[in-house]
Amino acid sequence: MNLENRNENNITRRHALKIGLAGTAGLSMLDSNMLAKASQQIKPATAVKAKAKSIIQIWMWGGPSHIDTFDPKPEAGYDYCGPLNKAIETNVKGIRINASLPLLAKQADKYSILRGMTHGINGHETASYLVQTGHKQGRILFPCIGAVVSALKGYDRGYKGLIPPYIVLTQPQGRFSEAGFLGMKYKPFSTGGDPNKNPFIVEGIVAKGISDKRQLSRRELLHKLDTLGKATPNNHLLKKLEACEENAYELMYGDAKKLFDLSTEKDKVRNDYGRNTFGQSCLMARRLVENGVPYVTINYKGWDTHKQHFQSMNRKLPEMDKAMAMLLQDLSDRGLLNSTIVWWGGEFGRGPKVQWKPPWNGGRSHYGKCFTSVVAGGGFKGGQVVGASNENGTEVAERPVYPPNLLGSMYELMGIDPEGQMPNNAGLNVKVLPDTQKGKGRLKEIM
Amino acid sequence: MKNACKLLLITVLLLASTFAFPAWGQASNLYEKPGPFVPFNSIDEHVLAKLKEHNIKPANLCSDAVFVRRVYLDVIGILPDGPEVREFLRDTSKNKRAKLIDKLLARDEFAEYWSLKWSDILRIKAEYPIKLWPNAVQAYHRWIYECLRENKPYEKIAREMLTSSGSNFRVPQVNFYRAVQQKNPSSIASAIALTFMGTRLEKWPEDKRKNLEVFFSRVAYKTTAEWKEEIVYLDPSATESINATLPDGKKVQIKPGQDPRQVFADWLVSPDNPYFAQAIVNRIWFWLMGRGIVQEPDDIRKDNLPCNPELLAFLEKELVKSKYDLKHIYKLILNSRTYQQSSIPQSNSKEIESLFACYPIRQLDAEVLVDALCKITGTKESYQSPIPEPFTYVPEEHRSINLADGSITSQFLEMFGRPSRDSGLLTERNNTPSDSQRLHMLNSTHIQKKIEQGPKLRNMVKIGNRKPNLLIEMLYLNILSRKPTAEETRIVKEYFKTKGINRGQAINDIIWALINSKEFLFKH
Repeated sequence: MNLENRNENNITRRHALKIGLAGTAGLSMLDSNMLAKASQQIKPATAVKAKAKSIIQIWMWGGPSHIDTFDPKPEAGYDYCGPLNKAIETNVKGIRINASLPLLAKQADKYSILRGMTHGINGHETASYLVQTGHKQGRILFPCIGAVVSALKGYDRGYKGLIPPYIVLTQPQGRFSEAGFLGMKYKPFSTGGDPNKNPFIVEGIVAKGISDKRQLSRRELLHKLDTLGKATPNNHLLKKLEACEENAYELMYGDAKKLFDLSTEKDKVRNDYGRNTFGQSCLMARRLVENGVPYVTINYKGWDTHKQHFQSMNRKLPEMDKAMAMLLQDLSDRGLLNSTIVWWGGEFGRGPKVQWKPPWNGGRSHYGKCFTSVVAGGGFKGGQVVGASNENGTEVAERPVYPPNLLGSMYELMGIDPEGQMPNNAGLNVKVLPDTQKGKGRLKEIM
Repeated sequence: MKNACKLLLITVLLLASTFAFPAWGQASNLYEKPGPFVPFNSIDEHVLAKLKEHNIKPANLCSDAVFVRRVYLDVIGILPDGPEVREFLRDTSKNKRAKLIDKLLARDEFAEYWSLKWSDILRIKAEYPIKLWPNAVQAYHRWIYECLRENKPYEKIAREMLTSSGSNFRVPQVNFYRAVQQKNPSSIASAIALTFMGTRLEKWPEDKRKNLEVFFSRVAYKTTAEWKEEIVYLDPSATESINATLPDGKKVQIKPGQDPRQVFADWLVSPDNPYFAQAIVNRIWFWLMGRGIVQEPDDIRKDNLPCNPELLAFLEKELVKSKYDLKHIYKLILNSRTYQQSSIPQSNSKEIESLFACYPIRQLDAEVLVDALCKITGTKESYQSPIPEPFTYVPEEHRSINLADGSITSQFLEMFGRPSRDSGLLTERNNTPSDSQRLHMLNSTHIQKKIEQGPKLRNMVKIGNRKPNLLIEMLYLNILSRKPTAEETRIVKEYFKTKGINRGQAINDIIWALINSKEFLFKH
């Protein structure tokens, strides 16, 4: 959560930005060579020119099947495709995706498909960590890309928005601590609530049934009854609490409340995104980046389909297709796609071969060896396919993309040099993300 | 049972109404007892000597009301309820503070609360990146709890953790060797340096680090046919003798068949070990006084000196003398005037907190805070974990303090700085206020529901419906652990007259204001 310390940071900035990051904790057992040594200082991380201002991460919680979405294998037969055995042409000649995504097929000019994603890990936690931080499990817990962006593009670096710079719609992922060694200050603000409900109750910002007048009088009461505060007027923690209160009321009454009010959108727009939690989350994400929020994650649950896989896909794919296609169209219509990266993907793909036998009865397992991610906008070219899997989607056949390659490309577009130093007050001398040039490197072919 | 409680409550209330309101005229009398600094025990002599050196005047003694709230929160992590506060305030015996300290230290809740603190530094969590797995988490947590409950000598606790072998389910303390991010000698050595020596291995010179690793080079792991069971054992194939060097430079030969961990443990827990006693007394001091005598308490090294070496040496000696009786150390600190100081400083010096010239104001731990909210309102929190399978559901009767597994959490706990238990560093727990916390307390449905629907609160409101003085007093006693001042009563009564706000709303707003007050959110 990054609402913290806004007031303080303003002061800090005025005082010539002495402090790096104010997060604490997160590491203990680090290698001594990672300790800051003055002689080995790495250059600052924000030396690159930015093409993108924001990232919308559609996090396919649990791992989506690549075969059933953007890497169809109709020739591989029933054992691999089940009932989703058709591919369709897209609006880009030569690119076909699964027929389950007809609306996204009409947007293919806007995105690029990475069919050679690989890391070989099949455990949710370890894979989630790797895909979102770029690091294998080690002795230091690293921050995920959202927290890095929040540290390097947030309040410490001139972001002045009222809305926190790293938002999660609607629940945190819970797999690992997003901020890693950066500490609590760089955790995301998760909205809670459901954007498909009216009103969208954003925990803390939008409350039900308390009139503005009553808010005002009870706040006054709070101040009148502040007996301890009056007895210890100089305590730094109590002063900090007062600053937080100021910020909190600013959020409750300022533009933040309006921003989260989806009822101000036209019905047609809301319907085009789909009247469901994911659809309205995409709409909310668009509103957030429109307002300058640099990182938005939509945690889209329900893709860990060990059983009843195809029943789930029949329910979920149309919903995803509609919302994501509309998001791309809408961002493009509003001129936001050039500056907004949309990143679709999960921690891994799903087993290419369907498990028809009990206890799975038509399920797909975890599959980290070969899977697909999709990127659009913010400097990524559209209408491209990068890499390929083999004939039945079990192995990478061309241009493997490792998680650091993809994350490094996004960092570069966001104006963050992956080779630059990750500021922290944990005493670590570490790069934002090493190894982004591993294998065939960052995604130069589509940047 | 319920009726009995109600009856008790009513009796207490009737008794209460026969007492006139004391003259809490000034805030100072409310929070402190002015008077000269008279040392209660040797701790105070050492603290006072240091303060005199720096020409700093210590704070006054805290009031009884402040003390009762503070000591409940610090010792058992639970807010005292109205009757408990009243009982203490009414007690006229001279040693009533010492009596209350003994009573609290003897409660099972003491062991529950301190199991939480120990679980933080031992990194007890089922999930990534520690991956103890739920069954092992429960076993390990239970073991810690039993150790603390029976007040097992600390030397014995450490020895058992360091030298045990066996199944993670059946010999719970072997999980010490599993609660590391990588199961290798260097990761284990780091954990040992941090946990038992209060030092960070990465700041040691390389040769010294390697020397320590040697003692754990034969620790091995294997799985069994039982799902996620893991045996921690000593590699039996390694039989040659080892020439090893202890952290203090002493050389030892580990003979064939001898457990190197045993040799290390013997050295670690011996009475003249320079690290062992120091690290734990400093940690307990940190836990109770908000700041270590060496700060950070898990970063003890030659160039990070204690602010009061005599005080530290005194506590070390006391621990060894008492045969590693941890409660003895708690008792010494809690009974000191230093601990019982008011949080209102009498000096402007920058060193008031680092030299312990007042009790430091600190925000409640996340778990303590949410438990306190539940206690006041009579509501519950529910916790569950959908990963890994099978799902874990925590019974709603459980207080949040009792959550064994650091992976089972809530947005509230995360927001209020519950540690992620990745590193075992004390700084992982972050009790500094943030905007998001403030938003949540001031304006979330979570808190609003507790206020509007909490059955215990509703009951209080019913009882005090026609007697505003009584209602106000009950709310103050239960939320702030003290009676309201005349001025506060006046302000609250005036609020009832606010236009456009009905009585029910007014009462909810008063509760809202009290649980959002600094006095509630902070230990003071």
